[in-house]
Amino acid sequence: MGAGHAHRLYRHGHSPVHALPPHTKLAAVFAFVVVVVSTPREAMWAFGLYAALLACVAYTARVPAGFLLRRLLIEVPFVAFAVLMPFVAEGDQVTVLGVQLSVNGLWGAWNVLAKGTLGVAASVLLAATTELRELLLGLQRLKLPPLLVQIASFMIRYGDVITDEMRRMRIARESRGFEARGIRHWGVLAKSAGALFIRSYERGERVHLAMVSRGYTGSMPVIDEVTASRAQWSYALALPCAALVVCLLGWTL
Amino acid sequence: MDDAVTPSLEVAGLAFAYPDGQQALFGVDFTVARGERVALLGPNGAGKTTLVLHLNGILTAGAGTVTVAGLPVGKRHMAEIRRRVGIVFQDPDDQLFMPTVREDVAFGPAAAGMKGAELEQRVRTALESVGMADFADRPPHHLSFGQRRRVAVATVLAMEPEILVLDEPSSNLDPASRRELADILRSLDVTVLMVTHDLPYALELCPRALILSEGVIAADGKTGELLSDDALMRAHRLELPFGFDPRSVTMGA
Repeated sequence: MGAGHAHRLYRHGHSPVHALPPHTKLAAVFAFVVVVVSTPREAMWAFGLYAALLACVAYTARVPAGFLLRRLLIEVPFVAFAVLMPFVAEGDQVTVLGVQLSVNGLWGAWNVLAKGTLGVAASVLLAATTELRELLLGLQRLKLPPLLVQIASFMIRYGDVITDEMRRMRIARESRGFEARGIRHWGVLAKSAGALFIRSYERGERVHLAMVSRGYTGSMPVIDEVTASRAQWSYALALPCAALVVCLLGWTL
Repeated sequence: MDDAVTPSLEVAGLAFAYPDGQQALFGVDFTVARGERVALLGPNGAGKTTLVLHLNGILTAGAGTVTVAGLPVGKRHMAEIRRRVGIVFQDPDDQLFMPTVREDVAFGPAAAGMKGAELEQRVRTALESVGMADFADRPPHHLSFGQRRRVAVATVLAMEPEILVLDEPSSNLDPASRRELADILRSLDVTVLMVTHDLPYALELCPRALILSEGVIAADGKTGELLSDDALMRAHRLELPFGFDPRSVTMGA
């Protein structure tokens, strides 16, 4: 596919991971996350192995560690909650460096942190090796409800158009001497948001008209059929299968 | 296909009132022969866009008929009518709703059930005819306005329509893009109905013109003669740009 629609998250490349069909990658990541989440939290070594597996994928995909780690920062606001758990949870207490911590809380925090990080890392790798457009084709191929895929596809197409409209409205406001300072100006901003909503809604109607004019009858025609060979499937599923072995070991050991 | 005698478009006694009771069309009659390029002129609010939406059955008339190459517009042949009547809307951002140019051009034919090599060929031909073949894998919002308008024309050409209907094709174009579009339209072997109030553009491209005013066809004749008739022009709120004299323009063919 073309290089035109390069999203910030995407890292252009020609690695074997880039070349895999999108739906196999989606299925692999989803299966991997399910396996990770169902691993007992006490098997700490298992999570180390999962991380090693992801590192292998990153190496094959030629995604540098620095790139991956920087993208992982997105997780921070979500795991802030996990950090609080040892301080607030009930039950047995241990003293670390003179601070009373809950044992249950520590395990809980570790659980959220480890599983969350692995999940986010897998998603970051997926996003870095798959273009947005391809992801949509993959979702379509995996038989996600077509309406959801269409909504996502329109979001990609019109995100920039609407941001641009918002920018023009802001420039128009500021050109007439408006500056948002404090709560008294929120009314104006709210009205702008309302106007933007109505404009977008009307655009939606016009787009629909254009679609109907070209023979749209409720479902998107399939233009690019994505297919995967058996070899590609097994290559993609190597990750969740290896993870499954680790998980089973984690339960039995 | 059909014989040359069947007109591309026949509108007879077309009347329409919006649901709120506001009447927009009061009995419109005209015929466009195969291969003709006709301009539909009229001031803002004359009912031009309303008329256009009747041509492919988006709006259905209260009275009167529209016939496209012998096929009456109605519920029974809607899919075929929408393939035969290609409408290029005013804002290319409304018309181009797919993530890439190629997919957008493929949308119409794919919705009609075309796929594979035939579809690819159709897309390539349409893009080549507007000089945009090199941009196939670009997302539409990375193109200039003039390029987007040309792609919008290609999306419709890909359906190999009987008649191409353009709603204000020259709006928002700089002079170079305007000329490029004119060259493209002249090179196409298709019937064209051009809705506009850009009078010099109509004169440049269309040997024949219709004036739609207050919901009826007020005049029908050679474009040059209509534009030179001061009384007629004034009566229908049509004004030539400053310094433009249609009598001084010599037309090539």
